Amino acid sequence: MTTHEVHHAYEVEEDLPEAPIADESSDTIHTASWRTFRPVILLEKCTKCNVCWKFCPDDAIEFDGEGYPVIRLDYCKGCAICAEECKPKAITMVKEEE
Amino acid sequence: MARLTIPAIELMSSGHSACPGCGAPLVMRYLLKGLGPNTIVTVPACCWTVIATPFPTTALDVPMLDNAFEATGASISGLRAAADMLGLKDVTIVGFAGDGGTVDIGLQALSGMLERRTDGIYVMYDNEAYMNTGVQRSGATPEGAWTTTTPVDAVSRGKAEQKKDIMAIVAAHRPAYAATVNVAFPEDFVKKVEKARSIHGPRFIHALAPCPPGWRYSSEKTIEIGRLATDTNVFPLYEIEDGKYRITRKLGKAKPVAEYLKAQGRFGHLNEAEIAEIQAQVDANWKRLVTLETLP
Amino acid sequence: MVELVISGNYAQSYAAKLARVQVVSAYPITPQTSIVEKIAEFVASGELPAQYIKVESEHSAMQACISASALGARTYTATSSQGLLLMHELLHWASGARTPVVMGVVNRAVAPPWSIWTDHGDTISQRDTGWITFYGESNQEVLDTTLMAFRLAEHPDVRLPVMVTEDAFYLSHTVEPVDIPTQAQVDEFLPPRDLQFTLQPGTPTRLGSFVGPDLYMEFRHKIARAMERSRRVFLEIEEDYRRITGRSHGGLLPTYRTEGADTVLITMGTATTTAKGVVEELRERGKKVGLAKLRAFRPFPVEELRELASTVDRIGILDRSFTFGAAGSAYTEVAGALYPTPHRPLLRDFVAGLGGRDITPLTIHEIFTELLAGKGGEVTWTGLKTRKEVA
Repeated sequence: MTTHEVHHAYEVEEDLPEAPIADESSDTIHTASWRTFRPVILLEKCTKCNVCWKFCPDDAIEFDGEGYPVIRLDYCKGCAICAEECKPKAITMVKEEE
Repeated sequence: MARLTIPAIELMSSGHSACPGCGAPLVMRYLLKGLGPNTIVTVPACCWTVIATPFPTTALDVPMLDNAFEATGASISGLRAAADMLGLKDVTIVGFAGDGGTVDIGLQALSGMLERRTDGIYVMYDNEAYMNTGVQRSGATPEGAWTTTTPVDAVSRGKAEQKKDIMAIVAAHRPAYAATVNVAFPEDFVKKVEKARSIHGPRFIHALAPCPPGWRYSSEKTIEIGRLATDTNVFPLYEIEDGKYRITRKLGKAKPVAEYLKAQGRFGHLNEAEIAEIQAQVDANWKRLVTLETLP
Repeated sequence: MVELVISGNYAQSYAAKLARVQVVSAYPITPQTSIVEKIAEFVASGELPAQYIKVESEHSAMQACISASALGARTYTATSSQGLLLMHELLHWASGARTPVVMGVVNRAVAPPWSIWTDHGDTISQRDTGWITFYGESNQEVLDTTLMAFRLAEHPDVRLPVMVTEDAFYLSHTVEPVDIPTQAQVDEFLPPRDLQFTLQPGTPTRLGSFVGPDLYMEFRHKIARAMERSRRVFLEIEEDYRRITGRSHGGLLPTYRTEGADTVLITMGTATTTAKGVVEELRERGKKVGLAKLRAFRPFPVEELRELASTVDRIGILDRSFTFGAAGSAYTEVAGALYPTPHRPLLRDFVAGLGGRDITPLTIHEIFTELLAGKGGEVTWTGLKTRKEVA
């Protein structure tokens, strides 16, 4: 299930701001459950070109201490753009268990 | 690690509600990388209304104002006037609207904003139909494309009319700067945004945003299809600065438009004659653009 | 304080200037145009340091005001008739976004057929949009109420847009002596806006947003409660205005000669002045008649009306608008307000003055005659030209 932890619970009128203003970041919403396949990066083939990071529509790729891309699995929707665009073909899409 | 070719800053959050592989969040992501944090975005009814997620969350790290569908141009003018009166002179005001909300229902307000010389940027992210409401045709839908209101059947072969040339309409208003950008070419995209940011006056950016469900292709092909759009001359990359045209990506020889069309299910019904007609239109438009580039 | 002989339209312009509006966004339409022409003069001369966005439609005018207001600017616009109708979508937007926009509206008939003359149909048909709405009787009242409107709209207990309306030509273009408060008086009365619930650069907030069925109702209830609070707040504001300028206009439902009256006519706008003269005449003839003015249509002065109704036998409502398929608009609202009360006076609806048809003392006399004699619950189109017997 999509998990969504908000800092305040909005259940009744008294919880709401007077005007319809939203001020919590959407990164409390984990879109992991959207995907059927998830990307797996083969570090031996990775050239650290950053193309996967560049083209991710969900900003679901970050870098580790050595500059290798790491998939942010809380958010990745499995669109596979990274796998498609990776020139050395270092990314494969693996079916999620279930 | 290779040097990043676009700014590292992220002003769009993850967790947004865009479809997997959607071009629209890439447009926003690259736009905000180029504009930086001192930006206010005003958004009409469009996919991004929903992509930004429901109350109480927001997917932007900059302020966002929802405006009425027709009125993005007016909203930009209102925000600019208030910013100037409140001493917020360096803030960039950006309108971020879909194609339907720009070339159809939003055209008047865009025209007004440009004519008034409002110091703001209007970004039209173009997925070539009313996608948020389920893929109905807009004035920006290309000829021959299937949509739910231009179906393919006995007496209909997709949209009958050509795509409205919004850049020509904008150019007629003599903007300070106008440019086409494509999510498949992020470096060109960000460079143009940074240029736009440095210029004052009315500015317009036409961003191609491929749409997997609406264009009918598998989500991983978004960048590839965006690339083909430009490399077949269907969506040329160019800018207009003070009336001077400059094409920013030229291949020696354009790829045949059939390669672009056949990659998308929305064009899957087209026969050879129809594809040839589209090729002729693309060639004519490209020739016209090349001629415009020769003008002082 | 300065006394100028000015039109109702210029009264609005002077009020906007004194209120130090920061962004004006307007589109021309008869008979509003001289409001914004005067404001353009104030801006051009530097007297009013504001931005005047010359938009390409009224729909855009209201959007520009809302957006400017969302960032924290004090905003103003003016329109009439078709222009107001075109703004309708954005009127809902202004109240939903809780932006304290103030607007002057010159009440004018709606087309077709085209008519530039006075009629309340344009503003009455916006009564569901969540705008606090006033109907002006004189140019002085229009100026004073417009100044009060800014403070009311921006009040932390309210935060709703406010419309100050005036009858076309009778007020918009007719000059009357008007006391203009000094800038110092207005500055004392009207502090700068607080910036709560506005967008600020650098803060990741979204104003507008979207909700499912789980929370929409609660956001709307907040508007309902704000409108209810505005009743008390308006009276407080008007008392403060009186303290500073010496002038007040009698709250939401000012009354005239209602002491000991058994029959009262309810009016709106300029017909009120005419009706007051007739009330005087009838009183001299021994008729126990009085008048109450619907100065505010939103919030509808329910409590004041119920209190008045508890003391009278007959109430006539003079409507300058009509809700087809129901009755005169003010009549339906009065009837709705009085239904739950134990003592219900006889009610009669008199529709008159549509499209600028003159409401003369004779018209009012006819109305009182019928009211004093007639049955309840009837709707009369007073002065309707017909060969038939008027029903």
